[in-house]
Amino acid sequence: MFKYFEPNKIFSITSKAPKYVLLLFIIILSIGLSEALILSPEDYKQSHSVRIMYVHVPAAWICLGIFSVITFLSVIGYIFKIRNFFLISKSLAPSGFVFNIIALVTGSIWGKPTWGTWWAWDARITSMLILALFYIIYLMAWRIYNNNDNAFKVTSIITILGIINVPIIKYSVDWWNTLHQPSSINILSKSSIHISMLYPLLIMTAAFALFSLLIFLMKYNTELIKIKNKGLDRL
Amino acid sequence: MINEILTMNGYGLYVWSAFAFTLSSFSLLYLITRFQYVKEKNKFIAKFGTLNSERAAFAKSQSINKEILSNTSNI
Repeated sequence: MFKYFEPNKIFSITSKAPKYVLLLFIIILSIGLSEALILSPEDYKQSHSVRIMYVHVPAAWICLGIFSVITFLSVIGYIFKIRNFFLISKSLAPSGFVFNIIALVTGSIWGKPTWGTWWAWDARITSMLILALFYIIYLMAWRIYNNNDNAFKVTSIITILGIINVPIIKYSVDWWNTLHQPSSINILSKSSIHISMLYPLLIMTAAFALFSLLIFLMKYNTELIKIKNKGLDRL
Repeated sequence: MINEILTMNGYGLYVWSAFAFTLSSFSLLYLITRFQYVKEKNKFIAKFGTLNSERAAFAKSQSINKEILSNTSNI
């Protein structure tokens, strides 16, 4: 099964895909932005400041999702010695980190009109900050160990330690008294968010997911070309 | 109407700055990633040009190398 994950097979797809993904991303983002900024209604309590949710929530979801995928691929890659899984993880990390920063900064901007402060050391915000630190350590580890075998071991350990923080982020609003409201969207039970706000949120999430796919494809291609450059040196 | 969209009942500054920060982060990440991609690709093409015909033929027999050389204007 793992032969399908060989760089030779993947590169033929990833080298052609970015331009189509970019086009799709621009279309979905345009629809999402017009829904989020103009068409969706204002909140009865938070008024127009609720619109920050359309960038804050998708960014937070995607940075958590990417870190979970990175951890899964690193662990499987380490157990079964699949180097390509590490390459995929390394290529996913930059967009995950940027989404983490977006979630923190837009959350801070949202906090000022809602809570009256730019920053509070509450459980959700602090655990998101810790996740950003794990992303930084993960990206730094790749730079320090420069793709040698130690990088696989070290980055796997970093992701395993970092993944402990992910359920803490998710359940922090239930376990502690925080400024954050409990989650409004649940997959297993009825969501408390109105459909007129849910649609723009889902469209923006799709746009953000496409952007992370675009960055992943470009970064993955860059990493493969780097490997090929080394290969040419050895010829 | 336009004024209402811009001011958003006094929340305009917060909403627009959040969206502006997000979109500028996207643009910056895209440009950095694209720059790195083009740089590595140009390095590869330059290295490939210095190979003698025998080594170039061997390198070209690998499918990824062929793809890299054939998609020089990608992304």
